[in-house]
Amino acid sequence: MSARPLRVVGRPVPRVDALEKVTGRARYVTDLIVPGMAHAKVLRSPYAHARVRRVDVRRARALPGVFAALAGADLTWCDPYYGPAYRDRPVLAIDVVRYEGEPVAAVAAVDEATAEAALELIDVDYEPLAAAMTLEAALAPGAPLVHAGQPPAGHFADLSTLRPEPGTNICHRFDFARGDAEAALAAADVVVEDAYRFPSVQHVAMEPHAVLAAWDETSALTLWASTQNPYSVRVELAKMFDVPLARIRVVVPHLGGGFGSKTYAKLEPLAATLARAAGRPVRLAASIPEAFQTVRRCASRVAVRVGFRRDGTLLAVECDADYDVGAYADIGPRVVQKGTYTATGPYRVAHVRLAARAVYTNTTPGGAFRGFGVPQLAWALESLFDVAAERLGRDPVDLRRQNFLAHGEEFAPGDTPIDGKLEESLGRAAEAIGWSQTGAADRGRGVAAMLKASVAPSVSEAIVRLHTDGSVTVLASAVEMGQGTRTVLAQITAEVLSVALDRVTVVQPDTAVTPYDQTTSSSRSTAMTGRAVQVAAEDVREQLLDIAARSLGIATRDLALADGAIVSPGRRLTYAEALVARFGMSGGELIGRGVIAPGRTAAPLGGSTPFWEMAVGAAEVSVDRETGAVRVERYVSVADVGRAINPLSLEGQDEGGVVQGLGHTLLEEMLYADGHLLNGTLLVYRIPRADDAPAELECRFVENADGSGPFGAKGAGEGSLIPVSPAVANALARLTGVRLRDLPLTPERVWRALRSSQRTDAR
Amino acid sequence: MKLQVIVNGRAHELEIDAHALLLDVLRDGLGLKGAKRSCDAQVCGACTVLVDGLAVSACTYLAIEADGREVLTVEGLAEGESLHPLQRAFIDAGAVQCGFCTSGMLLTARAMLAENARPTRADVLHYLRGSLCRCTGYRKIVDAVMAVAETPR
Repeated sequence: MSARPLRVVGRPVPRVDALEKVTGRARYVTDLIVPGMAHAKVLRSPYAHARVRRVDVRRARALPGVFAALAGADLTWCDPYYGPAYRDRPVLAIDVVRYEGEPVAAVAAVDEATAEAALELIDVDYEPLAAAMTLEAALAPGAPLVHAGQPPAGHFADLSTLRPEPGTNICHRFDFARGDAEAALAAADVVVEDAYRFPSVQHVAMEPHAVLAAWDETSALTLWASTQNPYSVRVELAKMFDVPLARIRVVVPHLGGGFGSKTYAKLEPLAATLARAAGRPVRLAASIPEAFQTVRRCASRVAVRVGFRRDGTLLAVECDADYDVGAYADIGPRVVQKGTYTATGPYRVAHVRLAARAVYTNTTPGGAFRGFGVPQLAWALESLFDVAAERLGRDPVDLRRQNFLAHGEEFAPGDTPIDGKLEESLGRAAEAIGWSQTGAADRGRGVAAMLKASVAPSVSEAIVRLHTDGSVTVLASAVEMGQGTRTVLAQITAEVLSVALDRVTVVQPDTAVTPYDQTTSSSRSTAMTGRAVQVAAEDVREQLLDIAARSLGIATRDLALADGAIVSPGRRLTYAEALVARFGMSGGELIGRGVIAPGRTAAPLGGSTPFWEMAVGAAEVSVDRETGAVRVERYVSVADVGRAINPLSLEGQDEGGVVQGLGHTLLEEMLYADGHLLNGTLLVYRIPRADDAPAELECRFVENADGSGPFGAKGAGEGSLIPVSPAVANALARLTGVRLRDLPLTPERVWRALRSSQRTDAR
Repeated sequence: MKLQVIVNGRAHELEIDAHALLLDVLRDGLGLKGAKRSCDAQVCGACTVLVDGLAVSACTYLAIEADGREVLTVEGLAEGESLHPLQRAFIDAGAVQCGFCTSGMLLTARAMLAENARPTRADVLHYLRGSLCRCTGYRKIVDAVMAVAETPR
């Protein structure tokens, strides 16, 4: 068969779920009702760190309308600990609370008001303890220990190499080196170094975490959960309750945003525990303030030294990064090692020494958030690249271009060679922002680049079913959280099987029905789940060709699929006819299977990334010198995506990524004082509004079909966010001469920096 | 107490608590799940519905305040199977991602267009200050609203 032009893939088709979403018919977890359902509320710790001497839930339990009231000490009938890296997190606090907002007791009652009233009846006796609220405090000699003992490892094989430092708050160390960074820095003509801080920020998915859990009469558990990882949740619950995986069913309705906040188990263990104790289905729906007490991005301080030869050649990078993973590790250790692994960015550099530590503090647990540890390091490295350019008397665009890894070049021994052309992205971003033209005097321009590995090794499986009327069901467990994965999977299937898009139905994830998929994160769904779906659809295609070859007496190589039929010149067999030929009139279906499971490799993190996510951002900013307010007037993002399966939704992904990136760049930071989170509500935690977005925002794509995913696609969706902070700060530095190292670039910080630089100038 | 209210053109008489919030009455009492609960603080706009044509945050609006009034939710925006132009424009412009803010965005935009049929882009940005979206970066939402505003009727 000769290659034919793509019909559905590559087209900006509307989302397959758009109609149900604009009509209000799309169902999210909190829209579901199960008969007899109880409502849960959680009593949370008012202290950042305290011994829990006693929790008395008896009066709550006695309140009419209460079905269950639980404290940690009641959980003797299950393993009350969970966590993907370490099983360090109790469902309800046991003996000690480690952060403000930690669940201490929980109630399931006939309605929310009764559950809330019952919480008032719970007595807790706390003995406050000294808390470690910051990286500095947690790493100081004699610091209060967030965890006294060492918890057992979680379920990740690639974290079997967890390296905690007993007797400290360090729960994991990651070190990576090649060449001799120290010697290379000593010999470098120009060395730039500084320390950069990245704040704690919350995902603020518009839908806070929600779970509906129900045990049935056979003691099987079903959860409808707002999770990005139904299969990880299933593993956690199977361990907790010692139930076979097959008896736990995790169903995922529409998600109201994820961004990493809904990876791994969050509220599911507590909801399932309450449902068991209450003997009826239980709904647990968090509020936005409770989301702030559930997960956040890992704050960081990063010290980087970068050495260059006079001609601009990058010689060496040293990086010491500390990440604040909060009170429980969650997936923090992996955030730290994955982020640090690409601390050198998309650049060729022979001498490298990277050291990172995941540090427990008495704050909300840190976990996955779009970018997964990379934004923290790109903020440092990309800022320093501009500092170096200035010292070298070089144009920042040229200096980057000179040092980019080339297509096909090795990033690290054993890992996937570079599969994109970043110079193309940079060239297009620079052109679009007008880099070579003189701009307005009151505007500054800056650029930044990024490179990120996806999770590896990882597994995706898919099943495609062709029915007798030629319609198709796709079974896959990539979670639709807004990013458009159901539409992309439908497009891939429609393309391979030559059917109209509206003939394809992608089933929502349900671990009893849809096959294994490791996670919906790491920008992997298009490349990995999409590839599994493509293989499954190709399996169906081969079966169709086989049937047609027999019925028509034509060799399969002379047959092709077109418009719901198997064709060869002058002959045509519809899929319906083919299925009758195969099964008779009683009906049947063709089932295709796709498995993508690349396995472990010699790459430094144990698996070779399925693709490299690469992007460039270019910002044009202005600043109000009276107030210090920075405005991003124009922003261009160019991502190397291999192929845009759906350019409309991809553009939407990257526009959203840029604006989310502007949040931590200009506005957002979770602020703590005296052990308390000061701004854990949307009244005082400001995320970008419509009028905060750049007046001109362009998201473009480099498409060379050089990815390992379907039709040459790579992953996308995180790349646009990562360059935002350094691109904006580089633009601000070029406009004002002021270089800031702490995010967010609040008006106060910028104003103070402008003032102090004026004073310096005056001297 | 008794609440008499017209919701999406249909008259209802309901027995409610004095402190019942409009959002709970719509979602739990009438099964209209399109309006969403998110910030619970009148900031995010996910619960926005129209009361006598004006956008209100149903999460903080007493249901009894709607007594004798007309409420429009996203479920009442289309006329039968015929989508409202804003719904069509949101689909075509790619203004929908996770969808959690979508119903509030649509109703806010409808209220604005009733007030100002020919808004500028700046007007739209201003009007949407009370409607948060974490997915789209807003550009395609504003594009969709402008597409409807600029369509001659």
